[in-house]
Amino acid sequence: MIVTRKKEIGSVLDMLKDCKSVFLIGCAQCATVCKTGGEQQLCDMQALLEAEGKLVTGKAILDPACHLVKVKQLAYQNKAFMKNSDAILALTCGDGVQVIKDGFPDKMVLPALDTLFLGEFERGGYFSQKCVLCGDCIIDKTDAVCPITMCAKGLLNGPCGGSKNRKCEVDRSTDCAWILIYERLKASRRIEDMERITGPRDYSLQLKPQKVII
Amino acid sequence: MGLREAIKAKKFIVTSETAPPKGIDVSGMLEDARPLVGKVDAINVTDLQSAVMRMGSLAGCYMLKQLGIDPVFQLTCRDRNRLALSSDILSASALGIKNILMLTGDHPTRGDHPGAKPVFDLDAVQLLGTARNLCQGRDMSGNKLKGLPDLCLGAVVNPCADPIEPELIKMKKKIASGAQFFQTQAVFDTRRFGLFMDKAAKYNVPIIAGIVLLKSARMALYMNDYVAGIYVPTALVERIDNAPDKHKESVNIACGLIDKLKDMCSGVHIMPIGWERLVPDIIDKAGI
Repeated sequence: MIVTRKKEIGSVLDMLKDCKSVFLIGCAQCATVCKTGGEQQLCDMQALLEAEGKLVTGKAILDPACHLVKVKQLAYQNKAFMKNSDAILALTCGDGVQVIKDGFPDKMVLPALDTLFLGEFERGGYFSQKCVLCGDCIIDKTDAVCPITMCAKGLLNGPCGGSKNRKCEVDRSTDCAWILIYERLKASRRIEDMERITGPRDYSLQLKPQKVII
Repeated sequence: MGLREAIKAKKFIVTSETAPPKGIDVSGMLEDARPLVGKVDAINVTDLQSAVMRMGSLAGCYMLKQLGIDPVFQLTCRDRNRLALSSDILSASALGIKNILMLTGDHPTRGDHPGAKPVFDLDAVQLLGTARNLCQGRDMSGNKLKGLPDLCLGAVVNPCADPIEPELIKMKKKIASGAQFFQTQAVFDTRRFGLFMDKAAKYNVPIIAGIVLLKSARMALYMNDYVAGIYVPTALVERIDNAPDKHKESVNIACGLIDKLKDMCSGVHIMPIGWERLVPDIIDKAGI
């Protein structure tokens, strides 16, 4: 899922300083699981904004916010509310904010969240990154540990030599990805996968912005 | 004798290390290097070590060369993509620099510009392969070069890494990609270094053991806590702590380590970390 974090309320209020009325949009998927853009967070945001003297013209939760057709349906259904709203505040990931803008081209759409990474939900409140969406998956060779994500330097041919007590030099609470890969491959008797030299990555596979027709 | 010649002659190799200044006042760097002319086979010039912004290694190497010292250009993967790395390899060779040591590099968050974009477009294995191909006349895209670099390529290894096996696998890959010599992380525990050599000797590549000058007990304890693969035994920590003359004791400790390492490997790489002035004394006293 896409992991998001609430922006400081001060910076949200700063974005909205010239707006009197705001429509709030959340997302029923990732942002609900992250407790950043679900029903409760929309209610909390409404209370905060009203306390600052803003008028909240309405609230909606898209399922999901990154779906253009659903955003357009919402735009159609809420034409009247929208007329009275100076801005839309999106409690969604950055993708959601931009899709909402596509559905409401005449409105100012503002992000209430920071979008962090694609990651896993470990348990309530704990999320961790496992994939950087590189476009050329190699984890068949590393027993399902992505060195591009899990190694701070994204190395492809083994450890950098900076790990101490099996932890990464960048963050001593994070395991060294290459020690993990080594141990997994050793346990499954596949050390030869680590002995093979991996060539440089092709970064042209990650040119931005990407489009795909499936 | 230059590094390549020393390797070829199978003599006991002695290298040292210097860091370019933060700024452009190179007087201290050159003053410290001058007494080493004819005493060492080569001097490494670090490439923004610890990810701290300084004058570049390439300029430092060129200045040492003017003094008559064979420089080792340290080149890390941290700050340059494959275009810049390849280009700097050609630039070094065009300036007459003969040795390049390829390293991954410390992460920018460890240094004084922690917000810098980490590059790591290539890793050290891929960088070695790139340099070897350049020496053979081709760039990474297979394009032909006009005038070929002629380089002695080196790499690093951490003999006290724990676990050691992944480090040895990477070392083998570095050799397969063109590494002609290795300089190691600082060695204080010669017994563990011996265990490493038992495994690495079969690779048949010159291994130059790293000697870091121990300055204080505080430094030793810091390295034990934070620096990968360094373990300063308690006896050495106490020796430097109790010594009334730290410089003298630091030289004695270094000489003691060199004496034990002399028969185990191909040479020593002395990293003075600010105490460059002690290096000639160490070389004389160690008889190397």
